Amino acid sequence: MKDIAIVAYNQSKAVSDVGPCNEVELIMPVLAEVFSQAGINNAQDVDFVCSGSCDYLQGAAFAFVAGVDALGAVPPIKESHVEMDAAWALYESMLKIRMGHADSALIYGFGKSSPGELPIVLSQQLDPYYLAPLWVDTIALAAMQARMLLDQGKISERDMAEVVSRSRRNARNNPNAQLAGDVSPEDVLAQPSYVSPLRKADCPPVSDGASAMIICTVEKAKSWGVPYAVISGIDHRIESHNMGMRDLTDSVSTRLAAEGAGLGDGPVDVAELYAPFSHQEIVLTRALGLGKETNINPSGGVLAGNLMMASGLSRIGEVFNRIIAGDAGRGVAHATSGPCLQHNLVTVVEKA
Amino acid sequence: MSQPEILNQAFELGYTYTRSTGPVVGRFLTELRDRNIVGIKASDGRVVVPPMEYDPDTAEELSEFVSVGQEGEIVSWAWIKEPREAHPSEQPFAWAMIKLDGADVPMIHWVRADGESEVSTGARVRAVWADETIGFMTDINGFELV
Repeated sequence: MKDIAIVAYNQSKAVSDVGPCNEVELIMPVLAEVFSQAGINNAQDVDFVCSGSCDYLQGAAFAFVAGVDALGAVPPIKESHVEMDAAWALYESMLKIRMGHADSALIYGFGKSSPGELPIVLSQQLDPYYLAPLWVDTIALAAMQARMLLDQGKISERDMAEVVSRSRRNARNNPNAQLAGDVSPEDVLAQPSYVSPLRKADCPPVSDGASAMIICTVEKAKSWGVPYAVISGIDHRIESHNMGMRDLTDSVSTRLAAEGAGLGDGPVDVAELYAPFSHQEIVLTRALGLGKETNINPSGGVLAGNLMMASGLSRIGEVFNRIIAGDAGRGVAHATSGPCLQHNLVTVVEKA
Repeated sequence: MSQPEILNQAFELGYTYTRSTGPVVGRFLTELRDRNIVGIKASDGRVVVPPMEYDPDTAEELSEFVSVGQEGEIVSWAWIKEPREAHPSEQPFAWAMIKLDGADVPMIHWVRADGESEVSTGARVRAVWADETIGFMTDINGFELV
C-alpha cells in the first residue's frame, strides 16, 4: 500500500463573525496558502479535490457547490464533497489515492456559523421523528452527558475547569485562536452556570473560518521537494444515533478507531482532540489511553475556536505542523461528528 | 419622487408529498395519538423507548412492541435558564433523559419545573399530554415532576 504524506496545511483565523465575507472568500486565502506551501499553482495541479461543509449552516440545499467557485471551474477537475467535517474528506481522499485513482489531493473545509443560531441549526441533524421536533439543542445534549460523568464521579467540575484553563493558556501561542488568555481553573469555576451543569467556558465559541490541506503519495512529496509528514494510520467508527443506548461516559468508537489506526504501536508526543465541550476532552483522553507524556491540544483545541466542518481537518493539520516544526515525532489527531461524540475519526501522523 | 409599487406575493414553503413513518416509528406515533407510550424489545431483551427499527448492536430487525408506563425516572438532565425561541417552553425548564417504567433505555424529552433546585437525577416524572394529540413527538407536552 502506498504511504501517504501531508505536504501542506493552513487555517484561517477563527473569528466570531466575519460579517459580509462569504464562504468563497473564506476558502480562497487558505487555498492560496497551501498551493504556495506545496509549490503548485492551483487545483489543476492535484489529481483530486474533496471538501467538507454543512448545507444546514448556509440554509440551502447544495450550498456547498458555491464553495467550488474558490477552485475555478475550467478546465474540469475531479471533485467530491462530504456533508461532514473535512477530516472525512481527507479520509475519502486517502481512499482515492490508495485505490490508485490519484497521487495527490486537495482537501478543504469551511463553515460560516455566525448567521444562524448554531445549537438550534444542529438540532435539525438529529433523529427527525424523536428529537428534531423537540428542538433539543447540542449544548443541552452535551450538558446531560457532563452531568452523567459528574453524577458517576468520573470527573469533577474542577477537572472540566482545568481543561478550559489549559485551552485558554495554550491558545495564547495560536495566532488563529478566537479565545485565549491567562485563565485559571478558579476563574472558570467562579463563572455562573450557563446550561447547567455547563458554564459558558465549557462550551466552544461559535466561529467562522476555513482550513485546507494537501496530501499526496510519498513519491510525489519527494518530487515536489517539500517537507512532509506521513499518515501512518486512519480509522473511524460510529455509535448508535439513539443516545439512550450509548454509554455517554465513554467513547467506545474512539477506542475502536484508535486500535484500527494503530495508535498503540508507538509513543504519542502530541494529541489534538476535537472535544467541543470540556468534559469531552477527558472522555477522549481516556478512550485514547493518553498519559502525561502526551502534549494534549497545544493549539488550545476547539474550545479556543470551533470551525464547523473544518475543525477536524485542523486537528490533523495542527499535528502535522508540530511534526514539521520538529516539536513532535509522532502524534494523534481526532475528529468528531454528531451529538456527544457519536462518530469519531482517529489519524496517526508520523515524522517522515 | 413617488414611491414605487412594491409587488407582494405570499409564499408558504410546502412539501407536496407524504412521508410514511413505517411500521415501527409509525406505531409509536399512532400510540402517542391515543395517549399510550410503547417501546420495542431489542435483541438482548432490553426495552427501547422510543422504539428503534433495528438493533444498533446486531442490526436485527425489531418488531416486538411493549407498552411502558407514563411515569419514569430522570437519568440525566440539563437546566435551561434562558429558553431559546425554538424550545418547547418559554419558561425555564430541564431537558432530561427519562427512563420510563418498564423501559431499559432512557428517552430524551423536557421536564417542567419551577426552578433548577427542584430537579435531580433519580427524580420521578410523569408525561403531560397535549390538549390535542396528533401522532407527533410533541403529543407529549413535556413531563412534570411527580
